[in-house]
Amino acid sequence: MHELSIAMGIVKIAEDEVIKANVEKVTKIELEIGVLAGVELDSLNFVWKSAVKDSVLEHAEKEIEIVKGIGKCVDCDTEFEMLHIYDTCPKCKSNFKGILRGKELRVKALEVI
Amino acid sequence: MCGTCGCGSDTNGPVISKPGEHAHTHDDHHHHHDGHTHSHEHQHKVLEIEQDILQHNKMLAARNRGYFEAKNIFALNMVSSPGSGKTSILERTLADLKESIPFYVIEGDQQTLNDANRIDALNIPVIQINTGKGCHLESDMVFNAVKKLEVRNNSVLLIENVGNLVCPSMFDLGERKRVVIISTTEGEDKPIKYPDMFHTADICIINKIDLLPYVNTDINKLKNYALQVNPNLKFFEVSATKGTGMDDWYNWLKSYGISS
Repeated sequence: MHELSIAMGIVKIAEDEVIKANVEKVTKIELEIGVLAGVELDSLNFVWKSAVKDSVLEHAEKEIEIVKGIGKCVDCDTEFEMLHIYDTCPKCKSNFKGILRGKELRVKALEVI
Repeated sequence: MCGTCGCGSDTNGPVISKPGEHAHTHDDHHHHHDGHTHSHEHQHKVLEIEQDILQHNKMLAARNRGYFEAKNIFALNMVSSPGSGKTSILERTLADLKESIPFYVIEGDQQTLNDANRIDALNIPVIQINTGKGCHLESDMVFNAVKKLEVRNNSVLLIENVGNLVCPSMFDLGERKRVVIISTTEGEDKPIKYPDMFHTADICIINKIDLLPYVNTDINKLKNYALQVNPNLKFFEVSATKGTGMDDWYNWLKSYGISS
């Protein structure tokens, strides 16, 4: 359940930013999570409530943008959608690929008052 | 309890205060509003953050990595599911090589000093991190452990992570190489069931090779699955209890040139 650590990391970022911006609290948080990032959204949602309790995020709305996985084959340059980290190139079946998108795990923006 | 206003939010919440204010926030309750209404303009503002959620861990990992490089400490992060033989591999390696390589060990477990005691019995400097409910080690834990362990220059630091094939994959500890251990009793499809761990590893040790005749694991299939996840993986096939195949692993360790 590393999603709890992830959630605590999000809380820390929000708290730091709230202090920096000299505001009171967060009303909305926008996250960007790639399908290959290794985070189960169900687990993240499950731990969210306890993670944000008594923090600046306690009453914040959470919006998650899911980023599709995109890989590029090192052998034949084909770009393809990746649902799993072990997906092979659909054209030449090579295992060698670079992951272009889908590993994102980011706090995009905070709406604060 | 807060001595200024009598509310109950003392330690758990965030502390956000300007100089001169009393130091805690009141954003989780609104006791000023009881029994009357008033309105005021809230200024909504959007802060563009674009920050990696794991940045804190990554920064401290980078700090560890710099520290290790400066002191020529060869650090390995050893990860696997529980029971695949991490500690047994460590014990065998330490017993066989401790005269030629200066070792230090960090043990990560949720509870108990059992693993540290096993390493301590070999007279190797060891420290145990108990993560409590935590399912993985993080870079700040390793940083604190390394300071307490007083790791000397030109040494090998073996970090045995919490037994868990999922969570530790996301947390860089500042190690030079990541070693994933899988045992033949776990089944050949573990690498694609838990791909993140194999994706981030450099070395894959296949342990309990002596049990192959008794289990239905096809070791070539296992390797192919692992290579599908990470084509750069290097394999060692060993039996930590029988000693089979350990020499190749030792030679790889020695190839980094750290010796007593």
